[in-house]
Amino acid sequence: MKLFFGFLFMSVALGVAMATPAPEIAEPLKIIRAVGPEGQGNEAASAAWRKLAGGNVTNLLPMLEAMDGANDFALNWLRAAVDAIAGRELNAGNPLPLADLGKFLLDTGHSPRARRLAFELVAHADAATADQLLTGMLNDPSLEIRRDAVQKLIDQADQSLARTNKAGAGLLFQQALSYARDVPQIEGIAKKLKELGQPVDFQKHFGFLTQWKVIGPFDNPRGGGFETAFPPEQKIDLSAEYDGKSGKVRWQDYATTHAYGMVDMNKPCGKLKEVAAYATTEFFSDRAQSVELRLGGKNSWKVWLNGKFLFGRDEYHTNVEIDQYLMPAQLQPGRNTILVKVCQNEQVEEWTEEWEFQLRVTDSLGTPIASARQSHNNSPSNL
Amino acid sequence: MKVISLSLCLAAATTLCGADWRQFRGPNGNGVGDGMGVPTTLDLASGKSWKISLPGEGLSSPIIVGDRVFVTCSSGLNQQRLHVICFNAATGAKLWERRFWATGRTMCHEKTAVAAPTPASDGERVVAIFSSNDIVCLDLDGNLIWFRGLGRDYPNASNSLGMSSSLVIAGGVVVAQVESQSEAFTAGLDLQSGLNRWKLERARGPNWTSPVLLKNGATEQVALQSSKGVVAVEPNTGRTVWHYTNSASSVPSSTPNGGTLLVPSQGLTALEFSTGTESPKPLWRSSQLRPGTPSPTLVGGKIFSLNDGGVLTCGDTVTGERLWQLRLKGPFSASPVVAGTFLYCANEKGLVQVVDTTKPEGEVVSELELGEPIIGTPSIANGAIYFRSDGWLWRFSKT
Repeated sequence: MKLFFGFLFMSVALGVAMATPAPEIAEPLKIIRAVGPEGQGNEAASAAWRKLAGGNVTNLLPMLEAMDGANDFALNWLRAAVDAIAGRELNAGNPLPLADLGKFLLDTGHSPRARRLAFELVAHADAATADQLLTGMLNDPSLEIRRDAVQKLIDQADQSLARTNKAGAGLLFQQALSYARDVPQIEGIAKKLKELGQPVDFQKHFGFLTQWKVIGPFDNPRGGGFETAFPPEQKIDLSAEYDGKSGKVRWQDYATTHAYGMVDMNKPCGKLKEVAAYATTEFFSDRAQSVELRLGGKNSWKVWLNGKFLFGRDEYHTNVEIDQYLMPAQLQPGRNTILVKVCQNEQVEEWTEEWEFQLRVTDSLGTPIASARQSHNNSPSNL
Repeated sequence: MKVISLSLCLAAATTLCGADWRQFRGPNGNGVGDGMGVPTTLDLASGKSWKISLPGEGLSSPIIVGDRVFVTCSSGLNQQRLHVICFNAATGAKLWERRFWATGRTMCHEKTAVAAPTPASDGERVVAIFSSNDIVCLDLDGNLIWFRGLGRDYPNASNSLGMSSSLVIAGGVVVAQVESQSEAFTAGLDLQSGLNRWKLERARGPNWTSPVLLKNGATEQVALQSSKGVVAVEPNTGRTVWHYTNSASSVPSSTPNGGTLLVPSQGLTALEFSTGTESPKPLWRSSQLRPGTPSPTLVGGKIFSLNDGGVLTCGDTVTGERLWQLRLKGPFSASPVVAGTFLYCANEKGLVQVVDTTKPEGEVVSELELGEPIIGTPSIANGAIYFRSDGWLWRFSKT
């Protein structure tokens, strides 16, 4: 760990100050950073792009720096210009400015995507050095760089396994697991650990929310209930009783024991079709913070945080994966209320039985954030 | 005299365009390419054939403009890195590559990929779309002309199984069919700027079909297929010209055949359309010609349809009568393509079967094992045929 913190210190110390771009590219960079949704600024950006991409390697650093704080549209314009210059220079046999790119890479204050791009250019110029740098990048704010660094550790663990050093391999896999944020990579590590007799508790590792209050079923004829604001959308009153699809409904406790935190509405409500239900939980934060609510599921859903609608999808029975939908959100200090609406449609095939979702709260890298304390509105009963 | 000269010029231009393969299923959107010189026995050791590696996954078709081949791929974390690559057609040498970060969702079923839709070109620009609904327009030298993140602009227009509708270009407009259960629209984007010329709300539902360009004299229409049927729109305005409402498939696409559109509807239905607003006239309907995943294609006056069982059915385009059937080694996802009188059918395991359609019951005259799963439709241009897999791009050519 000392090596890791030492590396971080050096990274910050080596950080380059934001260079002032040369006057001839300052305006093109400004124009490209101004592009926005629905093609805003495209026409001006096209001309500006040619000026940038037509330059030489001295444009690379200013373009990478211009990625700091740029929106996703501008990032793509800038990336293509970096590709154009780097490709042309490499084809001509000219070297890239390795030292400058390396300094940029090591300054973790820069845009994660810009740093990843710098890493790839460094790797192209000097693969051995790039590989060595990865050793100190296990906690990198770029998910892609972090993933490569973790993969290096996984490779080392595999080598230990090949030497029948199971204890050493287990330690390396555990270290890799602690830094990994990419879901397939986590699952790959977990498989190796299971083979070593160290199974991973996925529910805990991913931080799925497991304690819920649920209510339903409400009516969802031909999917129409998705847009119907049933009483829980207007006010969460855990003591209330409402008219449901086939009688009175009231809130019930539900704690999922599913390995991946699936909240299965078929259990509290029964296997029903053309229905809607709600689940709510409280999440306590020790401070105001930006987070992501990450949801997976095959059914139509909507999510609210503290009464504010975040997002919804009216799609049924296609595909499911962890972190299928990412919703940036702002937690307030103290109690936060999460409300999920999940609908079931009219399909009757066996593969359309699922009526469920999974949800977790993470930072932007996917690091799970735990509630500062348990929700008071849940009792330990388990359906 | 002026009229004659103009006609000659147009004919020459058409011939030149016909040698290219600028969109999904070729110059006429029906899988028929310039048949001149394409080998019927595929061999990497012969002529100017080559095989080169690709940096990422994909099942989009290569498109060919002059001496350049353009391919899209995706790679990296969650397949979020989008590639547009340009190769020299003769040598396979990479001329340039541009990479982008997806702004929309990249989740896909394992059988498809983020680089599923095929790019399109007007001969001066290449416009590439991905399952994330990101669209990039580049000139042939790789200069970025515009970028659109439709997945970011309209975040509910996505499909957790992936999107695959390819682009068509007509009248200075790029037509992008972006249709899913949660949100569905078709956009007409200005070819010069990428800005919305029009945006047509569509019936919500999963849809993997591609728009096809219908030409009737000087009039161009774009046919948009979905489970509801087919709507033809003016490419410049998005104004609806005619409807066909008797449902259609959401997987294989329609096949233009002159003034007729062969629609995967109730099996296969032939619609005669006009330049006016009157509804198209159904000519015939055949359940025996129902296609599976691959879209039907044409050889002369015959239509060829591959079903999910790998059976190739030949039918008469005038009557819809089934003429013969040939069982091929399936299953197939890639649509068959045509050079001359030969069909090229690549199955999902990577076996290419070349069928001589002049034989009374059709006959497989050669086979080639590519050794890689092939899901994407091949392309034909300038005497060569191109296949792509997740990892490789092949060209087979005698010269």
